[in-house]
Parts: sequence; structure tokens; C-alpha cells
Amino acid sequence: MDQKQLVEQIVIPILQVLIAVAVVPLIILYLQLVERKVLGFMQVRLAPRRVGWHGLLQPVADAVKLLTKEDTIPAKADRFLFTLAPIVAVATALSALAVIPVAGTPFSLFGYEVKPWISDLNIGVVYLLAISSLGIYGILLGGWSSNSKYSMLGALRSTAQMISYEVPLGFALIGVMMLAGSASTVRIVEAQKSSGWWYILPQIIGFFCYFISAVAETNRVPFDLPEAESELVAGFHTEYSGMKFALFFLAEYTNMIVVSSIVTIAFFGGWLRPFPNVEALAWLENGWVPLMSLVLGAFAGWLAGNHLGGGLNPLMVGALLGALLGFGIAVADLGGLATMSVPLLSGAFWFTLKVSFFLFVYIWFRGTYPRYRYDQLMQLGWKWLIPLSVGNVIVTGLVMLLLGRT
Amino acid sequence: MFRTEDMEINMGPQHPSTHGVLRLKLQLDGEQIKDMRPVIGYLHRGVEKLSEHRTYSMIEPLTDRLDYVAAISENLGYCGAVERLMGLQVPPRAQHIRVVLAELQRIASHLLWLGTHALDLGAMTVFFYTFREREIILDLFEAFCGARLTYNSMRIGGLLEDVPRGWFDRVRHFLKIFPGRMKEYEDLLTVNRIFLGRTKGVAVLSAADAIAYGVSGPPLRASGVNYDVRKALPYSSYEQFEFDVPLGSHGDTYDRYLVRMEEMRQACRIIRQALDRMPEGEVKAKVPKYIKPPAGEVYHVVESPRGEQGFYIVSTGGEMPYRVRFRAPSFVNLQALPVMCRGGLVADVVAAIGSIDIVLGDCDR
Repeated sequence: MDQKQLVEQIVIPILQVLIAVAVVPLIILYLQLVERKVLGFMQVRLAPRRVGWHGLLQPVADAVKLLTKEDTIPAKADRFLFTLAPIVAVATALSALAVIPVAGTPFSLFGYEVKPWISDLNIGVVYLLAISSLGIYGILLGGWSSNSKYSMLGALRSTAQMISYEVPLGFALIGVMMLAGSASTVRIVEAQKSSGWWYILPQIIGFFCYFISAVAETNRVPFDLPEAESELVAGFHTEYSGMKFALFFLAEYTNMIVVSSIVTIAFFGGWLRPFPNVEALAWLENGWVPLMSLVLGAFAGWLAGNHLGGGLNPLMVGALLGALLGFGIAVADLGGLATMSVPLLSGAFWFTLKVSFFLFVYIWFRGTYPRYRYDQLMQLGWKWLIPLSVGNVIVTGLVMLLLGRT
Repeated sequence: MFRTEDMEINMGPQHPSTHGVLRLKLQLDGEQIKDMRPVIGYLHRGVEKLSEHRTYSMIEPLTDRLDYVAAISENLGYCGAVERLMGLQVPPRAQHIRVVLAELQRIASHLLWLGTHALDLGAMTVFFYTFREREIILDLFEAFCGARLTYNSMRIGGLLEDVPRGWFDRVRHFLKIFPGRMKEYEDLLTVNRIFLGRTKGVAVLSAADAIAYGVSGPPLRASGVNYDVRKALPYSSYEQFEFDVPLGSHGDTYDRYLVRMEEMRQACRIIRQALDRMPEGEVKAKVPKYIKPPAGEVYHVVESPRGEQGFYIVSTGGEMPYRVRFRAPSFVNLQALPVMCRGGLVADVVAAIGSIDIVLGDCDR
């Protein structure tokens, strides 16, 4: 193994892991702020505005608060498991990021090839399912070891819920794997490029099954029964405080990001532009598409700002800064300085756009829906989603057989 | 060696959705409710006993603190009781303004109920929408009497003062925007499948049970019993107003929701009528400076947003009542909660508490 191989296969992935573990929590802190802002917009209120300009430092304040809070452990709790549970939850959630490709083209940095994913496992999708099943342990152990009745009920609910929804989750992805002929996340996206359409078209039922199950799997509204605050106080994390609570929180939001990424990869063509094979739309891969989108974003920010009473606001400024950055890169691209950066940026742009949309859908759900009841949730899972997703697999197989594709 | 036992769980008194300091002892078999026992009294302040050492006009602020979500209905009931004891005739203008206030209060109270009920079921946004409109009503009350929660808005024999200038126009403006706002709530709830699943057929209270437990107000009417104090025993000129009493047929949580939603519309209708034919004149009858009702007793009921609110006063002819007793609709309606919840799931308890709309200040007195 020469030095180049050593760096490309060991050092760079380790650096990537470090970046993912460091950056994703930061993204989540601000995702939380975005969630509060969007909910605030939906609920005719202003959302955080006190800490920093338009509340931009609110996540920092929250993080500091969580870190400095007293970390209590109930007297009758199982101390070891009580401490272990949040670690399990967050570790499994973060591990899933390993097989998420953010763009399609490897690029070179100081002469070394860097891939925009940490690992391209040939069983990527299976790995994701396995890892998300392990995440249940965090919640189950946390709820059980707290030795509190509300936590216990919350943990039982969430175990039942997550195990039930694992099944349609897996079946919904089988259709995609059959079409792509692979379980590797990178190969699935590439197969969508060669087939010429996003898998949302042939797999629309699979998509709905997957997304609904995934919302349930991440315990978000309208399936947030494990932490149903109006019934179970806070469910499995009732007894948690400080950093341990923050870890559960981090796990939940990481799972949201992972789920949105999987939806994007499996059904919406990952880093691909819309209609990836239509030449007439090739301009969508230009550097100035992100640019124009950011300008549009700035315009949206201005509109939203009018809603808040006019003036500059972070959405607008952020989008403008991004547009400036994109403009710079586009100029550099024209000048032939960094030819490789445009496919990468374009890929990352489309990927981020799609993931952001699904994250927004999560928040949208939260602003709209009441909560399911335990038995109704089970009915939805077992009576609707599982038959639907199994039927989807069968129909996909039959159609593939009839069309002579294997 | 192995045995199963029911889980006994304490819901409250510090619990996000027991609406104050209600404590429920639930006996659970898994998620299913085998039995439940409400434990009340955490907010008992002895208002009835306190009233025995207050003059008649000093009791009215105490009534504010009974049902603090609908204080004006309490004021109205108490003043009505004393007026009846003294045989006072309240001027028509005061009666109409009282009706406007009471119906605005009904809307405000139902808005609070709707917001918290939806919040209990997990629908967060409705809460903010209803509070936006409740705010308008509270502003109206503030303009009228200076307070936003405990109004002390009436006086025995009428009102302290006439309404401020332009107040009726502000009420009319509210009536104009309110139907559109109600549509916003209904868009989020009335045909929402999850909401229907959470409320239809949940916590059913049969008409027979409702009557047996003495339930009153919207929960009674949702069970299909046509009894509204405003129609049955009209007070404060309610007999002059045209309005419908909405009735349910199944007695489930969804019917109680529909009944209250319709009551808000009917309240708007009543207010509009009252504004249209608001009489001119005095707002206070001739009342002696020291209120000393003749010896005797009186029982006066009003339809508060929560149900039949009764006031029983025994006078011995002195400055202070000999005995005061309040019939608290929350207290009586709460008795039906175990009947509604038995056999249901934990999540239904929350829906049921929300749908009977209790106020613990009223319940514990």
C-alpha cells in the first residue's frame, strides 16, 4: 500500500467521518432554528428573535444551556444503561451518514482523489435499515432504565411502533433495489441516471410507504407517540436532562436528515438534476442554477421579511452571500481555474435542495397534524402500509419480468 | 413466579394536559384504562366560606376567581342572583351589554378550549390561531373594564359604567372577521382524518348517563339532550334573542367539538342581534349604597360556557350573606369522566378531559 492509497483509503475517510460528526450537529442546531422559524411563520408568531440578530445565536444559547444543565440520574435508575442509551441512540443515527453520497463525482484535492461519500458499501441500503433498527435500543434502554412509568410507556410504544414500521420501510426500498439491481446507495443513483427517470415515477407507492414509515420511524408528528407530551409528559426521555437529553435530541434530528437523504437517493435521484437524461435540460447542471436559486431565495427572504415588518433578514442575507459565493465559483469555472468543482457543486446543490425540501415537509407535518392514537398507528402500519409495500414489490417484479428486464 | 399486575399511574396534578391541577389515578392494563379516579381539591380556596365574611359587592371579585376562563359568566350569574333576591330591575341597556359581554366570553372560553383540546391531540397550530382571536376579545374586555382575566365587570343592579366610545364598532369588527378565522380552525380539524380518528366514537357519554350524572352544558347537548339554561330559564333578556341550541347525536368527543364550534357561531348571532337593537338609557338601576337583601334565599342559574352555573344565596337581611353555594359545572361534569374513559386508551383520557372542558378553579372553588 503506497502513500497515495493509504491517504485515499484511510486518512481521507477518517477526516470525512470527523467532518460529518462535527458538522452534522451544527447543521442540526440550525435546523432546529429553521424549524422554529418555519413553525413560527405557520403559527402567526415570530419565533426566536432575542438572542442574536433574528435569533441567529439562539442555537448557540440552547447548546450552552444544555451543556451546563445539571445532569441528573434518577435514584432508582440503572445508571449504566441510563448513560448508555443516549450514546447508542446518537451513535447509530450518525453511523447511518456513512453511506449517504452528497454528490456524484469524485474530485481531487492536493492530488488525492476525494469521494463525496464516506463509504460506498455494496449493501448500503441494508446497512441503513440495520443501523436504524439498532437505534431502537437507545430509546428502549433509555425508557426502561429510567425506572419511571411514563418513560416505560413511551419506550414500549416506540419499540412497538418502530418494529412495526421497519417492515414497510424495508419492503418499500426493495422495489428500488430491484429496479437498480444494487443495494449500494451510489449505484442506485447512477441507475436512475442510466434509466433516465427518478424512481419516484415507477415507485410512487413505494415512495409513499417509505416516507410515511420513515416519519413514524423517526418518531415525528403525526407519529410522535413515544414522546407524546400531552399524554406521557415526554415519553422515553422524561427523566433525561442536560447533555444526555441533548444526545437524544441530536439522534432524532440526525435521523430526520438521514431519512430525508434516503428518500432523495432512492426516489428523487440523489444528486441528479430533474430528468437526468434530457439534453434540453442540461443547463440545470450549470453553475449558475444554484446561483439563480439563491437569488430567488433572497427574494423569498425579502418577501418573508415584509411579513415580519420589512428590513434585512437572515434568509435574504444568507441567500445573497451564497449567491455571491456561487458567482465567484462560476467565474472561476469560466476562467478554467476549477473545472471539477461545478459538477460537484451542482450535485451537492440538487442533493441539498431535495433533502431540505423533505426536512421542510417534516416541519410542515408538525405544523398541521394532530397525533395518531397508538392503536390507529398500528392499524395504519399493519393493515395499510405493509400490504401496500409488499404488493408494490410484487407488482414491480411482475412488470420487470414482463418487460424482460432482470 | 410470573404474575401480571395493573400499572397504576398518576396523571397530574403536574401534567401538561390535565388543564390545571387535576389529578387522575389511572389503572392501566398496558395502554388500556381499566379504571380511573379523579382526585380534586388542589385549587380549593374556600370561596364559599370566604363569601360569608364579605359584603355582597365584595363577593363579585371572588366569583371572578371561580371559573377564571369565563369570569364574566360568573359575574353575570352572581349579580343576577343578588338582583333576584333584592327584586331589582336591571335597565334594558345593561341587560343587553351583559349579553354581549357574556357571549363574547363564551367565544373566548371556547377558543381557549379549542386551542388546548387540539394541542392535547397534538395539533399545535390551532392553539396559536385561537389565541390570536381570543386576544382580540380580551382587548375588548380590557377596553371595557380594564382587566383581561378577572374582570369584576358588573355591579349589582347593572354595570359600573357604560361602554367606552367606539366599543360597539370594535365588537362589530370582530364579528366581521371571526367567521373567516373559524374556517381556518375547521380546515385544520373538522375533516382531518387523524382528528376524526382521535375524536369520533371516543369517550362516549350516553344521554342517560349524562342526565344521571347531572352533566350540563355542551357535553350534555352533545349527547342529544336539549337543555340550555338560556332557553329553559331565560335571564338577562335572553328570551328576546333568536338563536339555535346545537345538539349532538352520539355524545362522543367529536360531537362535543361540533357543538362548541356551532355555539361560537350562535354566540356571534346573539351579539349581532344585541348590537342591532341596543337600547339607550341608564346602565345601572337605583341601588342602595349598602346592599342588604331581604331575608330569604335564591337559586339563580346561568349558562356558562362550561354548563349550568348555579348561585345559591341565603340572606338573613344583613350586609353579608349567611351562606353562599356555587353549583360548579366543571365539578359536576368531571364526575362523568371515568364513565367516558373506562375501556379506552391513555390517549383517549386526554381527548376526554379536553372535551369536557373543565376549569379547576371552578371545580375546586
